Amino acid sequence: MNSIQKNRWKDQAFKVWGILCTLIGLVLLVVFIGDILIDGLQRIDWSFITSLPSRKAEKSGIYTALIGSIWILLLTTIIAFPIGVAAGIYLEEYAKKNRFSGLLEINISNLAGVPSIIYGLLGLEVFVRIMNLGASVLAGSLTLSLLILPIIIVATREAIKAVPSSIKDASFALGASKWQTIWHQILPASGGGILTGVILALSRAIGETAPLIVVGALAYVPFAPSNPMDEFSVLPIQIFNWISRPQHGFIENAAAAIIILLAITFIMNGIAVYFRNKWQKKWK
Amino acid sequence: MEIVAEKKKQKNMTLDRIIDPTLKKTPKIEVTDAKVWYGDFQAIKGIDMNIKTNAVTAFIGPSGCGKSTFLRLFNRMNDYVDGFRMEGKIKVDGDNIYKKKVNVEELRKEIGMVFQKPNPFPKSIFENVAYGLKIQGIKDKKFIADRVEKALRQADLWEEVKEDLKKSGLALSGGQQQRLCIARTLAVEPSIILMDEPTSALDPISTAKIENLIFQLKEKYTIVIVTHNMQQASRISDYTAFFYLGELIEYDKTKTIFTNPEKTQTENYITGRFG
Repeated sequence: MNSIQKNRWKDQAFKVWGILCTLIGLVLLVVFIGDILIDGLQRIDWSFITSLPSRKAEKSGIYTALIGSIWILLLTTIIAFPIGVAAGIYLEEYAKKNRFSGLLEINISNLAGVPSIIYGLLGLEVFVRIMNLGASVLAGSLTLSLLILPIIIVATREAIKAVPSSIKDASFALGASKWQTIWHQILPASGGGILTGVILALSRAIGETAPLIVVGALAYVPFAPSNPMDEFSVLPIQIFNWISRPQHGFIENAAAAIIILLAITFIMNGIAVYFRNKWQKKWK
Repeated sequence: MEIVAEKKKQKNMTLDRIIDPTLKKTPKIEVTDAKVWYGDFQAIKGIDMNIKTNAVTAFIGPSGCGKSTFLRLFNRMNDYVDGFRMEGKIKVDGDNIYKKKVNVEELRKEIGMVFQKPNPFPKSIFENVAYGLKIQGIKDKKFIADRVEKALRQADLWEEVKEDLKKSGLALSGGQQQRLCIARTLAVEPSIILMDEPTSALDPISTAKIENLIFQLKEKYTIVIVTHNMQQASRISDYTAFFYLGELIEYDKTKTIFTNPEKTQTENYITGRFG
């Protein structure tokens, strides 16, 4: 075998290996989703969504957990979106580039990799105990906000960095202030990227379980939360709770709840992709 | 900035620029011992220079000689560059623009800039030209529309775009985009226009149009243009300054620079022996 043949053979071998690796992930995902669908699909109906939890599997529903998840999602958005985007804008546009800002940058990237349970412990100490919010929706939302802030900040900075500097120059040269330039040029041009990052961060938040358990979210709440200070449960905790029950009916419930959670996540990701594409078309 | 503010007032009263004949005698821009550093690198090594009112002054020199940096001193566009440091004085209409309390935004309304690559905003043609007025807080729609039309006419673009002012500025050709950028600058009614190689990204026909435009504009405006094109400098400018390695080597009437330069360095550069 000469060297050309050898290289060609290596090329082919790697291609096959690559296809296999890709398939492993895909096949596992398909098997998993298929299994869940078989178990749970027939359990999903309107009453499953609107029923309160019950000791009987067939009467049980996800209403309280779903409303809890929506509450958490809304409050987390309200808290994390403005803070994260503002911090990203500050770091990218206002902060002087020096050793301090470099340190800040590294730490924010590191924060994005801190295990979520650590945020849970922080939330428990600061929000539940020191601020005395109790095991409330607000405490949970604040904790999740901390968790996704680094992701939002990094996404905002990346989106702003992608705005061509010629646009900024043009705006400044016409007498625009920094804020006017950010508001009229940079944010419209980077909005798609920022929104995509925020939605992806939120779809991570909706699947988080550990930090909320630490903060004190309950596996069983008799009523859906009606204000930020109410106790709450969320879908992942409800799923966890059902799976740990021995009765088969609850396993079906868990599968059905997983389908709903997956659907919510997929829809959010879909919205993110939609916004990104729409923005790209408009601004290029 | 008192004089600038005063002139602003006059301008708002009459709308049309009043050209004060006495201003023609005093230099529009006076530079005294300007030095610029980027971190440890000294880009400008002490330049004195007067730039005359209602004339075209061309900056020439090889790449990296500091001419663009020097140009960007006049509207303080270097302020955003990391590690930028400046010493010396630059007076515009007699006021030092590097004083602490100078309002940079006001200054840039007085001193417009056109860049190397056409850089229209991703907005409509109308919005591009109106941007400078809207950020000043002007809301009078009639006033804005009049200014936009006037600026587009001055930039010799009106006839080509008057039917589709709502079209995106990015849909225009390169040469049209650059004239749109000039119109955008004119709409704010500055008294000085800085141009940083405005035709280097354009084809010869678009270049000729812009040169023509510069020729018309110098009646009302003081124009400073950086160019890599010797012919362009000799065609359109009244005064030419030759920069080399952060220093001003020679500065004189364009005719003198191109026919009878004092320094051999200048001669070598304009005859194409280096750079």
